Amino acid sequence: MFAPSGLKIAESVPLNRARTEPAVVRWLLIATALLFLGFFLLTPLIVIFAEALQKGFALYLESFKDPEAWAAIRLTLLTAAIAVPLNLVFGVAAAWAIAKFNFVGKNVLTTLIDLPFAVSPVISGMIFVLLFGMQGWLGPWLQEHEIKIIFAVPGIVLATIFVTFPFVARELIPLMQAQGTEEEEAAIVLGASGWQTFFRITVPNIKWGLLYGVILCNARAMGEFGAVSVVSGHIRGLTNTMPLHVEILYNEYNFVAAFAVASLLALLALVTLAAKRFVEWKSHQPSVGQR
Amino acid sequence: MVLKQKSILPGFGLALGFTLFYLSFIVLIPLSTLFLRTATLSWGQFWEIITAPRALASYRLSLGASLIAALLNVVFGLLVAWVLVRYSFPGKRIVDGLVDLPFALPTAVGGIALTTIYSGKGWIGQYLEPLGIKVAYAPLGVVVALTFIGLPFVVRTVQPVLEDFHPEFEEAATTLGANRLQIFLRVIFPTLMPALLTGFAMAFARALGEYGSVVFISGNMPMRTEITPLLIMTKLEQFDYAGATALAVVMLAVSFLLLLAINLLQWWSRRRLAAL
Repeated sequence: MFAPSGLKIAESVPLNRARTEPAVVRWLLIATALLFLGFFLLTPLIVIFAEALQKGFALYLESFKDPEAWAAIRLTLLTAAIAVPLNLVFGVAAAWAIAKFNFVGKNVLTTLIDLPFAVSPVISGMIFVLLFGMQGWLGPWLQEHEIKIIFAVPGIVLATIFVTFPFVARELIPLMQAQGTEEEEAAIVLGASGWQTFFRITVPNIKWGLLYGVILCNARAMGEFGAVSVVSGHIRGLTNTMPLHVEILYNEYNFVAAFAVASLLALLALVTLAAKRFVEWKSHQPSVGQR
Repeated sequence: MVLKQKSILPGFGLALGFTLFYLSFIVLIPLSTLFLRTATLSWGQFWEIITAPRALASYRLSLGASLIAALLNVVFGLLVAWVLVRYSFPGKRIVDGLVDLPFALPTAVGGIALTTIYSGKGWIGQYLEPLGIKVAYAPLGVVVALTFIGLPFVVRTVQPVLEDFHPEFEEAATTLGANRLQIFLRVIFPTLMPALLTGFAMAFARALGEYGSVVFISGNMPMRTEITPLLIMTKLEQFDYAGATALAVVMLAVSFLLLLAINLLQWWSRRRLAAL
């Protein structure tokens, strides 16, 4: 992963003519790339805030007085607060087993963990409807015991856990594999207990990767639309998350309110990107005692 | 045969046990219900559902639009990665950070934003519609939405390979008399090939399953602008679970093939990089 120190010197030699293009070509390429990104990334981002604020700031704020908007925000926060910690614990456990030990079937397990990423969001929600819905396998039993999962909060949480399942694990597995097992083994030989080793040696080593995974997991948990849309039933004030609330408002032609809620999600996305950047920068700072 | 190599580290049983338990309950068991559900259909019924004209039209749109979007992302993704790694310009770090926006922005938000921009009264749509180019509520809109959500994949797979590219190769080629275009086509491009293919496959796979950003911009007209995930959604809303399941199995089969292809590509590119 890390280049040996000898390479650094070669890289710091300024670009010579052999490695770059004439200035005209350079600027033409930069301009084309920026134009493409401008159309596809910047314009959508700007339009969200422009539409939210088109009737003025007062009306923008007015959108958040709607109790249904608040209910949606609360449900989104609740869902993320359940899904993210569960997937965090899972990610650490899976990475510990896969990165620190050698066992048969390790590659299969790693592939299976990535499975939710390969599944369309609509299907991710649908499998829970097939399992817990009225016509589902456990449907009749659940109804008998008056437990509601589909078209209720538990279904939303389950679908969110499913779609955000791999995030933490897939950040941690390569990181912990690269770090090897020597430090932990040394701690155990010196008499530390398993948990002491984990919290004093492993956690400090993986903290930035862990945070990175959590940030991505959280962004997806709060923003998931397709899977949640299938299981939610769109009951206003009860089973609407923020993205679903945006959809309802938009379909009612209530554009200011729709984009107002959307602007919160866009802010969340920008904060996520900034946090991601910060973590990337932090994790590349050599920390004391390493290497 | 040894199932597990000896290690002095503790916690293997607990960690693996929890991993398998959680994986089974959240992913494997729910996913398997899909296949067991299909088993209640006869082959004839299954075939009839997945080859219905409306289903075929949806595959055509989903595959076609995803393919075009992924190809656009290969071309522009390579360009963006190249510009970000090789050149310096003001605001480069912000641009670099912004590339991940489609990953971080909820798909529904991206969807309504793009629809607003490309509708007849939108910022860009108002100039395109007089020219006879209809983007929102047309197949072209699906391509735009899928290009948006697949944008980071190619950039982020190509970028690290380009960063690690040894300058010696280019210098050697220059000394041997090659011009920049020749160097790009015959020295740099072959090295980037595995990463480009991986990025393409990832963008394509993501585009095939995408729902949130497309439903707003496509207009959802059956036979014309209805993607397969939307058709599944429609069937679910009509409580046609058998129909939805059959289509979902088709989609899953395609996704798994793509996942397999991506894994093979990554294995291949690792071997190629190791050989360098």
